[in-house]
Amino acid sequence: MSRDPYLLPNGRVLRYSFHERLVHWLTGVSYVYLLLTGLAFWSPWLFWIAVILGGATISRELHPWFGLVFVFGVSLMYSLWHRQMKETPADKAWWASIGHYIRNEDDQIPSADRFNPGQKLLFWGFFWNGIVLLLSGLILWLPQYIPWNLRFLRLAAVFVHPVCALATIALFIIHVYMGTAMERGAFGSVIRGDVSRAWANKHHHTWYEQLLRNSAARK
Amino acid sequence: MSQAATELIRISGHAGVVPGAGLNREFQVCKLVDTTTCIGCKACEVACLEWNGYTFSETTFDNSYQTMPETAWNYWNLIKFNEHERADGSMMLLMRKDQCMHCADPGCLAACPADAAIVQYANGIVDFQEANCIGCGYCMTGCPFNIPKFDPPSRKVFKCTLCNDRVSVGLEPACIKACPTGCLHFGTKSEMKELAETRAEQLRTNSGFQDAGVYDPAGVGGTHVIYVLHDAKNPELYGGLPKDPRIPLSVRLWKGPLKWIGNFGIIFGAVGVFIHYLRFGPKVVKEDEQELHGGTP
Repeated sequence: MSRDPYLLPNGRVLRYSFHERLVHWLTGVSYVYLLLTGLAFWSPWLFWIAVILGGATISRELHPWFGLVFVFGVSLMYSLWHRQMKETPADKAWWASIGHYIRNEDDQIPSADRFNPGQKLLFWGFFWNGIVLLLSGLILWLPQYIPWNLRFLRLAAVFVHPVCALATIALFIIHVYMGTAMERGAFGSVIRGDVSRAWANKHHHTWYEQLLRNSAARK
Repeated sequence: MSQAATELIRISGHAGVVPGAGLNREFQVCKLVDTTTCIGCKACEVACLEWNGYTFSETTFDNSYQTMPETAWNYWNLIKFNEHERADGSMMLLMRKDQCMHCADPGCLAACPADAAIVQYANGIVDFQEANCIGCGYCMTGCPFNIPKFDPPSRKVFKCTLCNDRVSVGLEPACIKACPTGCLHFGTKSEMKELAETRAEQLRTNSGFQDAGVYDPAGVGGTHVIYVLHDAKNPELYGGLPKDPRIPLSVRLWKGPLKWIGNFGIIFGAVGVFIHYLRFGPKVVKEDEQELHGGTP
């Protein structure tokens, strides 16, 4: 019997490959740095964060470079996941039962594929905001090269950049909360890569069933 | 500021009145640029470089007398030249000394995120403290006059200080000192405003410039550099002086409502997920429910 790549022999299921986990943390760590330094520039009451991170001059210097790392991570995520993140007709029913999801009434939620519609929202939210953050960030990075008659670009950038950053912060708060506190087992899946069969069956039933079918077909 | 230190309020062991007590001194300083008497000699440009210790920069020839297109990080004082054809076909060479306007409501300061990188003194001078500058360049976006300029090697932004170092010891700014025609004046804001209005009135009644007036834009709360213009209705003619400068709308929205909405949102989000946890707790997977619950709706 050949070993199934997803259904691991110890009763576990491979949720995220090593490559996926690496990309996740490359993006995650760079995002946290961007978030902390960005918050330091956002409010004088948070300027101390930049002091802790080596001073505001260094923070200002490195923030754009970490931005490039972040965008690189997001583009890798896009190549890895954009097909699985595609919206499907079934997503509507899932969103209609979002109240049940929030209240942990899990038996009343339509079954999810590898990524549930909430995760898709997170992904596309970071993807599109990431694009706008990149474009506005490039302008903010080198404002001295934007001539005075193209000043509207700088004026747009100083407003749009924090707006999109705030949108990602909203997603980030929910993502971190769900990944660490709310969904037990989810954090391990992005560290070690595997989840229990029961976890896969409960949270991503459609995906799990497909794995079982694929496994049966392989035998 | 320096005056305040020389003004007495109480004197020990002193019979009679305190000399000078209750005196109301005006601290607000102002530079008056009378464009109608400027001859474009650029003595102010040179004096600015000399006092502030910068060497002469490379000039750009652009079919005009102007030294370079706009002020630079190490060139804070620039006379802008404009050959203007009037309605009757006659030519006017409009010359305006461009430098920091020292706004009462400075856009650079509003946009700056670095603690104490930009300060505004009680006398009206807006000054950059380069030691605290983090080089983000937001001041360049906040300024409606295109004044702060970035120096890539030092990663700092520089601009005219209104010779704060001279003014604080009772001297007039270097540019004023150098002006040979007396088109530059320095004094208190009210004195300069009065002088400017007198000059504008003179131009209107004696010299036939019906639209002569004083440029002291209210949109930025007034400025500590004011101009007398032959044509105050068209300040753009004078090297692109904005008609109604204000702190840009996007900067005001970003530093105003967006900040409140954002801060509320972040706190609401963080508290919200915590309360959710208290109310609903985690989604726990019972390891034995795997085969029991398999149904797809």
